Amino acid sequence: MLTSLVPTDDETMLRDMARGFLAEASPVSALRANRDAGRAWDPGLWREMARMGWAGVLVPEGAGGSDMGHRAAGILAEEMGEVLAASPWLSTAVIAATALKVAGSARLEGIASGEVCYALAVDEGNKHRPLASALKAERVGNGYRLNGQKRFVADGARADRLLVLARTAGSPGEASGLTLFDIDATSAGLTRDARETVDSRDHADLRFDSVTATGEDILGEADNAEPILRTALAAGQGALAAELLGVSSGAFAMTAAYLKERRQFGRTIGSFQALQHRAAHLWSEIEVTASAVANAGRVLDDTPQEAELAVSVAKARATQTARLAVSEGVQMHGGIGMTDEFDMGFYMKRARVGAEWLGDYGYHAARVAAARGF
Amino acid sequence: MLDFSDDPQRFRAGISAWIEAHCAKELRTMPATEREICWGGKRWQFSSESQRLWMEAAAREGLTAPRWPVEYGGAGLSRAQEKIWHEELARLDAPTPLESFGLWMLGPALLAFGTEEQKRHYLPQITRGEIRWCQGYSEPGAGSDLASVQTRAEDRGDHWVVNGSKIWTSYADQADWIFALVRTDRDAPKHKGISFMLIDMEATGVTTKPIQLISGASPFCETFFEDVVVPKNDGAGLSRIVGEENRGWDVAKHLLTHEREMIGGGARGLLGGRSLGAFLADLDPEVLQDPILKARAMELEVDSLATAMTLERYRDLAKQGGVGHASAMLKYAGTELNKRRYELLMSVTGSDGAEWDGPHGALASEWLRTKANSIEGGTSEVMLDILAKRVLGLPSQ
Repeated sequence: MLTSLVPTDDETMLRDMARGFLAEASPVSALRANRDAGRAWDPGLWREMARMGWAGVLVPEGAGGSDMGHRAAGILAEEMGEVLAASPWLSTAVIAATALKVAGSARLEGIASGEVCYALAVDEGNKHRPLASALKAERVGNGYRLNGQKRFVADGARADRLLVLARTAGSPGEASGLTLFDIDATSAGLTRDARETVDSRDHADLRFDSVTATGEDILGEADNAEPILRTALAAGQGALAAELLGVSSGAFAMTAAYLKERRQFGRTIGSFQALQHRAAHLWSEIEVTASAVANAGRVLDDTPQEAELAVSVAKARATQTARLAVSEGVQMHGGIGMTDEFDMGFYMKRARVGAEWLGDYGYHAARVAAARGF
Repeated sequence: MLDFSDDPQRFRAGISAWIEAHCAKELRTMPATEREICWGGKRWQFSSESQRLWMEAAAREGLTAPRWPVEYGGAGLSRAQEKIWHEELARLDAPTPLESFGLWMLGPALLAFGTEEQKRHYLPQITRGEIRWCQGYSEPGAGSDLASVQTRAEDRGDHWVVNGSKIWTSYADQADWIFALVRTDRDAPKHKGISFMLIDMEATGVTTKPIQLISGASPFCETFFEDVVVPKNDGAGLSRIVGEENRGWDVAKHLLTHEREMIGGGARGLLGGRSLGAFLADLDPEVLQDPILKARAMELEVDSLATAMTLERYRDLAKQGGVGHASAMLKYAGTELNKRRYELLMSVTGSDGAEWDGPHGALASEWLRTKANSIEGGTSEVMLDILAKRVLGLPSQ
């Protein structure tokens, strides 16, 4: 029997605590300051997150984690999305932590303590297509030599370590023959080119020129990365859906407040039915998406082997809802919504990048259809 | 005798054995067909002897109204016990022993607003399936603007004289009594002069006429009142008005919330209990070669699953103390989704789907009927108004 979708008292406390902390430590003005300073995230904020156990949210207590689970991770992600808090949390504490946990890697402790940041290097084109990976890892003596490239690697420029999906057998498009390496991001032969994306976060293209790795660096089995990759991606997609839900609620809260205060034609614009109905429709969409996101967290915790469908419903919904929330946000704010001085643009930019990362709407909707047999 | 134990496991075991003992095998088929629904009432013809026995057995235990207090004919179950009762019914494919507007709407109104005499008189008649009620709210000139009801009840001392007409009165032609909104004060502001009145459908001057919809035959009727005499009291202080005179709007508003949850929730169980996905999977795969149809189907499946989760989440929220006006969201999202779902089904079934009684059965009629989902029980536009004003706190004027 699945647990209820309504938050427990503990979960409500966690949310309140996270909200209080982020309002203080990482309001949207922090993102603006980061952008203006040309840095993707603030190491001080990340240290604080780790101190509160957020970096170890999925790490077992034995490895120094707080082991709160995916529902809790979803709550944190949502609260971060609401204020656009920038950190390597999703790449490190959700995706990498899940992969390392499944593989039983000793490096988990470095994640829980916040000392080591990770990035997942999986895609090679401008869409999320993990199985299309062509980057080659050839056996050389006792080790491997990696050649090829990865693109749009979130948190890739500043990460300490990289999870690299490489082809050790088979050809691009095949699920088998893939191997997941956990390597040092400063390895010889590895070049990282930062990409300046609209959301002012860390993204990088990586070039691998005879980068060496050993058999010890492999997570799980050689030639069979798919199960571990699926699990790590599902965790990341669930948390990203939660972040996008937060982005939607954050944009909506600003918009709803503006509708109550802005006056035009001698009346508050929120009294116009044309805007009321659009705001109410948007709120309904956010509520429906919130249910899908809560369900993804629940299924990731309770029955992880069946998580893919729930996660894809959540990511697909969250992508669409965030797009609607930020578009309506700008439109209802009018001219001021278009100015850089105003924060709404930051929500729109993060929603766009989040829409692509780990699979866009079409990718996830197609997975839903496949899971439902059509 | 049933064991209404507080221990969930004992209760489940007891109720399950009791269902098996009293609900005949022949009734236990899913999905239930229209014929298997038991509505009760003076004119009710049981579809079988088993149906009669099942309803009577449930009524004896109060299980036709599981949550109502025992003294009014209910079983006095807790929420948790009621949930177990429904789970066991579903597990054993047993139909709900009795359905009625009395159980869904009048009963909750009487429990919230009725006098002790009214509760003791009317509620057991409902739980025993003796009296079938219908609802008289809408009028030809008062649809979304429900409070502008024109059906009037004139005060003649010891009785009222009712004149006017109601529309969309479901099953009025088979009902014994009607609970209706009538205007008892024509000078008061429109929300203040309405009363919630109980009228005997056998009274002289009450007539009904079925309504044919674009989807074909329907349970809807028009109901006419011509100089209908309604006594103020049926002896022993039994008033024919629920709540205070001229305060019927409060009762109506309370009930509309119930109705909204029912309609929003109802969008789940269509397609004969099958999911849209399963329906599409069974279809000629050639159809979904069309990329636009396929995209619409995928989008709809995403939204259907997310909406199902929302119904579940709100059901649990409601158990923890109510969701208030946010229930308008369920009604809005659920009915709009259902309309989209049927539009897609019509597209994927092509010309076959357009036949009244073709390879897909009553699909065409169901499709047409869904168009009323976003009108009945408050239009989508009214739902959005409620959300904007009551949930988001946007200003009126």
